[in-house]
Amino acid sequence: MAEPPLIELIDASKTYGAGPNATAAVQAVNLAVRAKEIFGIIGESGAGKSTLIRLINLLERPTSGQVLFEGEDLCTLSPAALRARRRRIGMIFQHFNLLASKTALENVAFPLRLEGGLAPRAIKARSRDLLDRVGLSTHADKHPGELSGGQKQRVGLARALACNPSVLLCDEATSALDPQTSDQMLDLLADLNRDLGLTIVLITHEMEVVRRVCDRVAVLDGGRIVELGEVVEVFLDPQQSITRRLLRDEEPPNPAGEGRTVRLIYRGAVTSAPLLGRIARETGVDYSIHAGRVSSIKGEPYGQLTLSLTGGDVDAALARFAAAGVRVREANS
Amino acid sequence: MTNLLANVDWGDILAASEATVLMLAGSLVLTVAIGLPLGVALFLTDKGELLEQRWVRGGLSFVVNVLRSVPFIILLFVMIPFTVALVGTSLGIAGAIPPLVVSAAPFFARLVESALRAVDRGVVEAAQAMGATPRQIILGALLPEAKPGLTAAVTVTAVALVSYTAMAGVVGAGGLGDLAVRFGYQRFQTDVMVVTVVLLLVLVQIIQMIGDFVTARFSRR
Repeated sequence: MAEPPLIELIDASKTYGAGPNATAAVQAVNLAVRAKEIFGIIGESGAGKSTLIRLINLLERPTSGQVLFEGEDLCTLSPAALRARRRRIGMIFQHFNLLASKTALENVAFPLRLEGGLAPRAIKARSRDLLDRVGLSTHADKHPGELSGGQKQRVGLARALACNPSVLLCDEATSALDPQTSDQMLDLLADLNRDLGLTIVLITHEMEVVRRVCDRVAVLDGGRIVELGEVVEVFLDPQQSITRRLLRDEEPPNPAGEGRTVRLIYRGAVTSAPLLGRIARETGVDYSIHAGRVSSIKGEPYGQLTLSLTGGDVDAALARFAAAGVRVREANS
Repeated sequence: MTNLLANVDWGDILAASEATVLMLAGSLVLTVAIGLPLGVALFLTDKGELLEQRWVRGGLSFVVNVLRSVPFIILLFVMIPFTVALVGTSLGIAGAIPPLVVSAAPFFARLVESALRAVDRGVVEAAQAMGATPRQIILGALLPEAKPGLTAAVTVTAVALVSYTAMAGVVGAGGLGDLAVRFGYQRFQTDVMVVTVVLLLVLVQIIQMIGDFVTARFSRR
């Protein structure tokens, strides 16, 4: 925690229009993105995700609040200084935003040409390297119109990486892609994060994207961050109904019947421990399972079980679960 | 055959064709040179665009609308003092070109404006995110992306200029349109009329074919 955050939004708000027609897209957001992490921002459409991610590179200026990049308030910079910072903040887009009139190679070369001072030969060589890194070296001379969606996004990625940015912003970068291509893209992002230490901020409406690559996630609703934490935590134990909705984690219908319905939440090593049977035996409790999920996020296993406990010493059973590191939530509504 | 085209003086036709082509070439080059920056300015200063300037945009737009609403034949006369000041004469081909340009440039500027508006906003946004200057965005992204629309705009303008040149005859600029009016219409020499109209048609066809070809090349995506 000693390391200062790479990106920090302090009380940042963005309002469009003025007077009675004003709409607040982002409201008083506080956010700190650490270096080398993959930070996800999830929300339904209209939650203000697009505006929020554009505040980071000041494509949208906040109506109030601060946007810090490497400790520096971007809003106070001159246009030239801001452009220099933007070169260190790469961005990829839902609809790729490639220049249709230029080849893949020329698209990647574009940001390099902006800098000036680089020889055309050096630009070409670097662009080829970048295309190679995203696996598109054989498509260098094709126009975007001749490429598939996944290939276009790879060109977009190569272009975003051209100036060696310290952060990559992903604006729904996989939403226009089919599931398989989307997964490949996410794997590529995870590789870049691991191999280059690239910090990534992504916005999405798909929990699957967050689950697959993110370290931490913020849930955005109505322009506000309503929940923020480690991905495993948010998945396991969502605090807000909007988060549960995004997780499609409907509570199982209230089981008709007896006993106490509880939700057991656990992660890490305890996931593979044979707790349920042992505790049931020891306390004489009977259980029936209503819903459950065991999965893993970034290699860490976790599980959720909704069950009804009857007979025996239910309180003792729950205490033993708690003692073993399992969180217990009453599920009766 | 000779009877059919009895009134046609091929020397006149040749001279008229030459005059039309000269007027067209001269005015088209100047129209693009003036109209392109004007159209770019109209677009960029509009609300929500890169260099939003409400008053500049309002002023430019007003001037363009005024010039576009004056009929060309009136403009020819109204412009006479300016034309004389500019090129030393209000007559002949040189005298016809300033009013042609003043009439066509605002028209072309509007076409440029809408061609730029058709460019995907995301492309501009991406260039901004990369730290491009407004100049780099315009020259490196906006204009190259608008190329198919811009070549189509040049084509439409060139064809419109062909029909404007027909009116330039009233200031003695000559040309095929002038020949059609003076001989074909006023002297009832239908054969002259037919020949000039056919030649104008061929000219328009050629312009359109070249325009379509270039546009298609640029829009190969």
